[in-house]
Amino acid sequence: MSDAVSSSTISVDVAVVGAGPAGLAAAVAAAEAGARVAVVDAGAQPGGQFWRHARETVQPEAADDQPDGHGHHGWSTYLDLRARFDAAQRAGRITYLPGLQVWMAEPGFTLHTTPAVASSGTVPATVTASRLVLCPGGYDRQLPVPGWELPGVMAAGGIQAFIKANGVLPGKRFVIAGTGPFLLPVAAGIAEAGGKVLAVLESSAPSAWLPHLAAASGVPGKALEGAEYAALFARHRIPYRTRSIVTEVLGSGRAEGVRTAKVDAEGRVRPGTGRAYTDVDVVGFGWGFTPQMELPVSLGVDTRIDADGSLVGVVDERQQSSVPGLFLAGEVTGVGGATLAVLEGLAAGAAAARPDSTTPVKQPAAITRHRRFAQAMHQAHPVPAAWPDWLTPDTTVCRCEEVTAGEITEARDNLGARDARSLKSFTRAGMGWCQGRVCGFAAACLGAGPGEAPDAGSLAGSAKRPLAAPVAIGELAALD
Amino acid sequence: MNPQPVTITFDGRPLTATAGQSVGAALASQGVTAWRSTRKGGKPRGLFCGIGVCFDCLVTVDGETNQRACLVEVCEGMEVEGS
Ligand SMILES: Cc1cc2nc3c(=O)[nH]c(=O)nc-3n(C[C@H](O)[C@H](O)[C@H](O)COP(=O)(O)OP(=O)(O)OC[C@H]3O[C@@H](n4cnc5c(N)ncnc54)[C@H](O)[C@@H]3O)c2cc1C
Ligand code: FES
Repeated sequence: MSDAVSSSTISVDVAVVGAGPAGLAAAVAAAEAGARVAVVDAGAQPGGQFWRHARETVQPEAADDQPDGHGHHGWSTYLDLRARFDAAQRAGRITYLPGLQVWMAEPGFTLHTTPAVASSGTVPATVTASRLVLCPGGYDRQLPVPGWELPGVMAAGGIQAFIKANGVLPGKRFVIAGTGPFLLPVAAGIAEAGGKVLAVLESSAPSAWLPHLAAASGVPGKALEGAEYAALFARHRIPYRTRSIVTEVLGSGRAEGVRTAKVDAEGRVRPGTGRAYTDVDVVGFGWGFTPQMELPVSLGVDTRIDADGSLVGVVDERQQSSVPGLFLAGEVTGVGGATLAVLEGLAAGAAAARPDSTTPVKQPAAITRHRRFAQAMHQAHPVPAAWPDWLTPDTTVCRCEEVTAGEITEARDNLGARDARSLKSFTRAGMGWCQGRVCGFAAACLGAGPGEAPDAGSLAGSAKRPLAAPVAIGELAALD
Repeated sequence: MNPQPVTITFDGRPLTATAGQSVGAALASQGVTAWRSTRKGGKPRGLFCGIGVCFDCLVTVDGETNQRACLVEVCEGMEVEGS
């Protein structure tokens, strides 16, 4: 690891980070508008989280005959973007750099990269560009609960990703819990792959949807998806329990069961509603998504708190951030799903290719519609306000440094550590390998105190990471 | 098309995986759910986020320490060790 790293430098008009729905769309739009483009993506092949698929080197057919079914909504959109992406690569307009993680971005813009997998032999490259489009997506948001650190507990999206990429299941008998419409495709994916879903526990209630149906009706595809899932749940006899949570994961050395309970609208456990599921080997949790904000934050973009409580970047109608030449698309502008990510990517890529264009731009109506739908979903599926009540003092909050809820509330109450950064210095929560990506939101909530939501300052403090990815010493040394 | 079987070793034991799979998938689908102990509490850990974010799944691959099992692709003869 200490070898001096030889890395090439690539100079382009537009650099894109991420090759998920947003990044692919941005790269294609920029290249088709005449720009020279470089795309850096940590993944080994295009697709990001949503269009993750089996390795093309092993299953080439996975790249084109994937049915456009529940497994991959919008697969035809992927195939179209992918064909245009590949064509632009052949024409020399897109340089595609897979398997590389950007660990630092400098203003102006310079991207420093490191191989995502050390043994892959991928050679890091430095990319310089006059415009940058950041499409790094997000990851499952987590709330700690007693026992969630046991092996066999996974992120709900992680289970989905596991199945899509590997074609096998991480276990046999599953309980999926959390909130949001995304729990449906996760459970459906498990059942279709032959796993048994004992229950899907949704902390919110379907009646929470009713006030938002008007917004949903602006996005007809979504209603259709809902009906498909209902049929699938019926076929596989998957119980969908609303206003329900996992109160504890049981097991010694690994997850073996869960205790569950009904909750009220604030997430307070209703006494006498407890029950247990035994013989469980995988528990999946998903509480929405956390956008990967470290690169945007490190470059100084203006941020805001979105309807789901996540820190996101502020953009104008061209998807440009407060930093000139820096565009954002996909989950980093607000968690909203793959269709919205594609629309934003197309807008961002086209704008980044023609920065001097003075033609006034009107936000595409479809973007407005999808944002409204996402907003409605976030309001219908909030993180329950009373979730800290589910913890015991010895519940692990920071998995890396093994910091407990008790240690965090003590630092808050006795040392005045109320934001993610001071909690980090007093308790080491968020100081480990993942740099607070997993516990950052929960720690910020606990620091804010009962009934308070963390503000943008606290969440931005948590997203301020010295490095966007761990790097070898040689790569740091090679900087000067 | 049936992907090729690949043989790797995990802590010296042979384990059959499928080409294209991640190390994490090869282990978890064979019932190995934990391969690392935490520094402080000595608690077992395996896959969690599944996408390279949480670093719970760290393994040593062919002598290279601290590799994310969810990202590394298996290949014939790969030596994987827990930590
Ligand atoms: C694990 C997981 C599974 C999901 N599965 C589904 C699903 O089945 N159905 C569904 O409707 N939605 C799913 N979602 C939500 C879905 O991912 C998003 O709606 C959509 O993919 C957002 O697109 P995006 O382009 O913004 O980001 P993504 O698709 O997340 O793409 C971002 C890309 O950027 C790369 N990247 C990030 N940071 C860096 C960096 N520093 N350097 C280099 N590359 C970087 C990532 O590796 C990734 O390839 C899932 C989300 C997650 C986290
Ligand atoms: S499972 Fe989270 S990094 Fe591998």
